[in-house]
Amino acid sequence: MAVEISATSKLWRFPGGIHPPERKAPANLNNIQRFPLPPMLFIPLHQHIGEDGELCVAVGDYVLKGQPLTIPGVNNGLPVHATTSGTITAIHEHPLNHPSGLTGLTVCLEPDGKEAWYPRQPLNNMDALSQREVLQHLQAMGIAGLGGAGFPTARKVAGAKNIDVLIINGVECEPYIASDDRLMREHAKEILAGSHILQKLTFAKQLVIAIEDNKPEAAAAFREAIEQFSVTADFSADGADPAGSAARTNRQPILKIVPTRYPSGGEKQLIQVLTGKQVPVRGLPADIGILMQNVATAYAVERAVNHGEPLLERVVTITGEAVKNPGTAWALLGTPIDYLLAQSGFKPGKKQRVIMGGPMMGFTVTNLQIPVIKTTNCVLAPTHKELTPPQAEMACIRCGACEIACPASLLPQQLQWLAKAQDYAGLKQHHLADCIECGACAYVCPSQIPLVQYYRQAKAEIREQTIEQQKSEIARQRFEARQARLEREKEERLEKHRKAAEARKAAQAARQSEATATEQDPVKAALARVKAKKAQQTAPAANTESPQGPAGSASQTTPEHKVDQKTDQKDAVAAAVARAKAKKAERDRLAQAENNNEAEKPIAAKNAPDHDKKDAVAAAVARAKAKKAERERLAQAENNASTTNTKGSDNG
Amino acid sequence: MSFYIASSPHHHQRRTTAKLMQWVLIAMLPGFLAQLYFFGWGVILQLLLAIAVALAAESLCLLARDRAPSTGLQDNTAIVTAALLAVSIPPLAPWWIIVIGTLFSIVVVKHLFGGVGHNIFNPAMAGYVVLLISFPVQMTAWMPPTGLATQAPSFIDSLYLFLFQFTSEGFSLEQMRRVDTGAMLDAVVMATPLDHLKTQLSQGATLSEAMQHPQFTGLAGMGWQWVNLGYLLGGLLLLQQRIIQWHIPVALIASLAFCALLGSILAPDYLPGLSIHLFSGATMFAAFFIATDPVSAATSSKGKLIYAGLIGVLIYVIRSYGGYPDAVAFAVLLANLCVPVIDQYTRPVTYGHRKEQG
Repeated sequence: MAVEISATSKLWRFPGGIHPPERKAPANLNNIQRFPLPPMLFIPLHQHIGEDGELCVAVGDYVLKGQPLTIPGVNNGLPVHATTSGTITAIHEHPLNHPSGLTGLTVCLEPDGKEAWYPRQPLNNMDALSQREVLQHLQAMGIAGLGGAGFPTARKVAGAKNIDVLIINGVECEPYIASDDRLMREHAKEILAGSHILQKLTFAKQLVIAIEDNKPEAAAAFREAIEQFSVTADFSADGADPAGSAARTNRQPILKIVPTRYPSGGEKQLIQVLTGKQVPVRGLPADIGILMQNVATAYAVERAVNHGEPLLERVVTITGEAVKNPGTAWALLGTPIDYLLAQSGFKPGKKQRVIMGGPMMGFTVTNLQIPVIKTTNCVLAPTHKELTPPQAEMACIRCGACEIACPASLLPQQLQWLAKAQDYAGLKQHHLADCIECGACAYVCPSQIPLVQYYRQAKAEIREQTIEQQKSEIARQRFEARQARLEREKEERLEKHRKAAEARKAAQAARQSEATATEQDPVKAALARVKAKKAQQTAPAANTESPQGPAGSASQTTPEHKVDQKTDQKDAVAAAVARAKAKKAERDRLAQAENNNEAEKPIAAKNAPDHDKKDAVAAAVARAKAKKAERERLAQAENNASTTNTKGSDNG
Repeated sequence: MSFYIASSPHHHQRRTTAKLMQWVLIAMLPGFLAQLYFFGWGVILQLLLAIAVALAAESLCLLARDRAPSTGLQDNTAIVTAALLAVSIPPLAPWWIIVIGTLFSIVVVKHLFGGVGHNIFNPAMAGYVVLLISFPVQMTAWMPPTGLATQAPSFIDSLYLFLFQFTSEGFSLEQMRRVDTGAMLDAVVMATPLDHLKTQLSQGATLSEAMQHPQFTGLAGMGWQWVNLGYLLGGLLLLQQRIIQWHIPVALIASLAFCALLGSILAPDYLPGLSIHLFSGATMFAAFFIATDPVSAATSSKGKLIYAGLIGVLIYVIRSYGGYPDAVAFAVLLANLCVPVIDQYTRPVTYGHRKEQG
């Protein structure tokens, strides 16, 4: 059943949700500011979900505004660009804008203040281009979802098939943040144009713009923009639609005002509010014919397509009572946070927190040198009194307030008990993975239990455990393969030994029968005895020393050469002893070497070509299995990433 | 400079457990004042002693469990337990009754099961049941409400009866009863309306005959109806303040009302009617203050409906067919036993796990 939304269609309710104080003012009162260029920009290569691009500049290079610093690498990573013109002074590890506080490779760019542009290439004839070509352009422009997780937009669009509704998310439900609010008020027209580009790319039948009812000015701006938008103007030139189904595409945007309730901006929650449907577990919105993009992403798409501008800047809200002039600002990607705070009059207090993002889902940072990246929507510096840190955790009284607040219909309280008990099976059974970490449960908890923290930790532990399990599974397969090979080799060795023993026995038997045949001839024997005696007289030691024994020596020695043999025999004996010793040493060495070999290289057996073949097959099977496991893991990771993305874009 | 690190969310609703418990105590006031008016000074004496014993027991238990009493006492849960138990027992019951009950509630039911949040049973009701079974005489000796009593005991007499079981003139409760033998009413001690009905009905009287007794005025018996209305008022305050959710009180009252209506249709002569069930005994107290104890109740909304509905049915069944006139404590404890099963089968469907057509 296709999803259909109309201007008058019913709005649904997602379960739970909370009403934290919004505190969007005073940050949303004034126009988006533009600060002077910062003295130094720190542009990290990693600013979004997915692989980094490959570095294509070097220290000392002079770069222009919009010049790519990385190119899509082997894994098609999103590029980053020089956000102004200037000189690259260093490329080194720099603190990342990430809760971990880790560092990452960062390009340090010293602006020259000229803002000289790299040649821009707008797509003037977008209608003539295929979807693929436009997506490649978006990819090259470095466009990622600006709502939260920063999922590459081109990838999100390319992966979505059969889209009924494209939802442009302007809900921005998280308290304090006013970036999207201001952007919508000031650039509704551009957002609308960007939304239409996205609609063309996704072939969505409907375009819906969703705004929370606490942003009436933004809604009014959109109403005006929609009125101005002439449906017929470029409707006829809708050549990008391959099926020629321009008629079925309704390009008249539908503005939906949704009630303010955190986290209604969450992708899953907003879909439920607008359609009453739920994104199936482990699925994507595209599975039910929906694609969601943030308003800021739509704006960036418009800049990229119509103006050829890469994603170089974004709106950041700088707010909190520790900031003298709270507001919103266009911040170049790479601008250090402390520069933004300094421009806004930041006065740190006791136990000062600086939060990247909003009070519900943001993370605190320790280092203010971290840069603005594509996903940075807010820098919040609250006073201690304004957002009091939680008191000491008290015992859960099972009041159930968390369950009432949970938008995902989870049982936060049970999850908490299970997480504390490290009952991972129980956590799985209670669907911990479906927690979007919105923080509603911890917000309402009267016992001040940091519930989300417990869930995050448990999720990390489960992730670790899964990786460990995959590792041990691979190790098990390798071990089993090795055991099988050793067993096979042992059998083959035994078989060889058996054959050798048989051959020896056969040889011995042959010799014995030969010996008996000699003995049976009395004349010959007598002759031999005489000869032997003679020989003994000249060389008494020869017989006793000869390893071959009297019979052998007798049969081999001829009387004619007995004098010469005296010395020869001695030499021969010595040589034989030496040979035997050498042989034994060689055998020992070989045995040891094989032992070592087996201990160190279980798979690489080089004994016989036959073994090699079998081993190679076993190794190939193990490799294939490992590859499959890796693929599954990757798929899951991507899935997770998209979930995070959802979450982010929702709150953005 | 170093910055403070914290995990999101960074914002919290400033409503702690201690504040929730304060609201519960405030909401108890109307019912408590009605009890004070109709049943005399004993009510307040019981309350004060119960709170003192509860705080002492809580501190000792916390010390024994290596917890800091200063933080443990802050949550006010011990005071609420003490208050709930204190208003449940006859006002002139001897002092050691409430001491034993409170000790059992706090030490055995609460702390031996792991402290706040871990008790399976409602502490106040478990304490009440222990007292009711162990000391049935003292626990059923309620006073006639003011207006029916020929002489209400003074504060001094109440204090003497409470402490020494004799008035200042040396009469025991039993003696005071005998002094007044000629009168139609017991002087100081009297059966509660539910108790009276139970006795009369079991002796073969019809409901209308049993209700000839002068204490049956208004809705459900003198004094008691006002106490119930008082707790109803307090309960509405809790609802309005969102301290409790509507599920438990509504389900409890609805299921009890349904049973009472059914009973009075089927056997109007032998089963008390709707108003008696709803406004006599401890019905409203149970619906808003006892069954809503979050620790021992079911957790999910659906589970709460089942849990409270079960309490309503059990109250009706025990009142009508059981050996005790009122049944709140037993009904709540039996429902507490069912909570793990209810919780198991009433888990909400997580987002995205719903089976949808199309």
